[in-house]
Amino acid sequence: MLKGLIGKKVGMTQIFDETGSAIPVTIIEAGPCYVTQVRSPELDGYSAVQLGFEEIKAKRLTSGQLGHLKRNNINPLRFLREFREKNPEVSEGQKITVGEVFTLGEYVDIVGTSKGKGFQGGVKRYHFKGGPKTHGQSDRNRAPGSRSSGTTPGRVFKGSRGAGHMGMDQVTVQNLKVELVDAERNLLGVRGAVPGPKGGVVVIKGARKQ
Amino acid sequence: MSNIIQTLEATKNQNIPDLKTGDVVRVFLHIKEGANERTQEIRGTVIRKRNSGNNANFTVRRIASNGIGVERTFLLNSPRIEKVIVERHSHVRRAQLYFLRERTGKSSRLKQKFTS
Repeated sequence: MLKGLIGKKVGMTQIFDETGSAIPVTIIEAGPCYVTQVRSPELDGYSAVQLGFEEIKAKRLTSGQLGHLKRNNINPLRFLREFREKNPEVSEGQKITVGEVFTLGEYVDIVGTSKGKGFQGGVKRYHFKGGPKTHGQSDRNRAPGSRSSGTTPGRVFKGSRGAGHMGMDQVTVQNLKVELVDAERNLLGVRGAVPGPKGGVVVIKGARKQ
Repeated sequence: MSNIIQTLEATKNQNIPDLKTGDVVRVFLHIKEGANERTQEIRGTVIRKRNSGNNANFTVRRIASNGIGVERTFLLNSPRIEKVIVERHSHVRRAQLYFLRERTGKSSRLKQKFTS
């Protein structure tokens, strides 16, 4: 069975396990998802499954997107994501819910988009040390220092770290334990934090490293 | 969105009455030591309360042997708490009684508040 779902981060709380320990969990509204396309090696050169999540009004999609979904008589969906899977064992048009995919105690990887931080300096963005705070220094507290060598090479190498836009990156968190599955309300609770703001779209996959 | 989280929170423990800072309480704690299970009792003053969903907690301060103050924080919704008994209320004028930490002996007493 395909180990994958698309969801929305709801927020964090803590729950108590049977021994009475408090566990920090992130709640994710996961699914229901629809299989919008199954990619096969014969047709597409690789095998994967495309899932769709969150129904919306038809007028919010382009006619191309609508036609793609109409092929399998699926209602208009906002998000489409692809999952690589050799033997997906799903058929196009099929509805997938949390209860069918994930069970308590298993481990998942979660891909999200981190919170945007705007334009940030090197100290915050790459943990530069900054300059000395004392001994007569002024205006050097959070300076990045030198970016490169001198006359040779006479330029800054591409990809050098420095100030710039931070956040809004794709971030994957691996090996989060499933602590809560509510099939009725499509809720999934995983131990620990998940990238992105509340309401952000996250992709949940089976753990690679387990 | 956040009301989804509220529905996941534990229901109120019926054996814990409404606590106020300054209350002298006895907390009965369920403890598991290997195969043994027993109940531990902690008696002291509530010096702090925090309301934060499932993280709601309160701190009990008691004076242990040699006059050493011991503070312990309990999660209000924890299933480990069997029950809490309020022995007396105190007349207090602030929400956090951190000033008790610097006081010993007579000056650390709180005036009792009688409620009908």
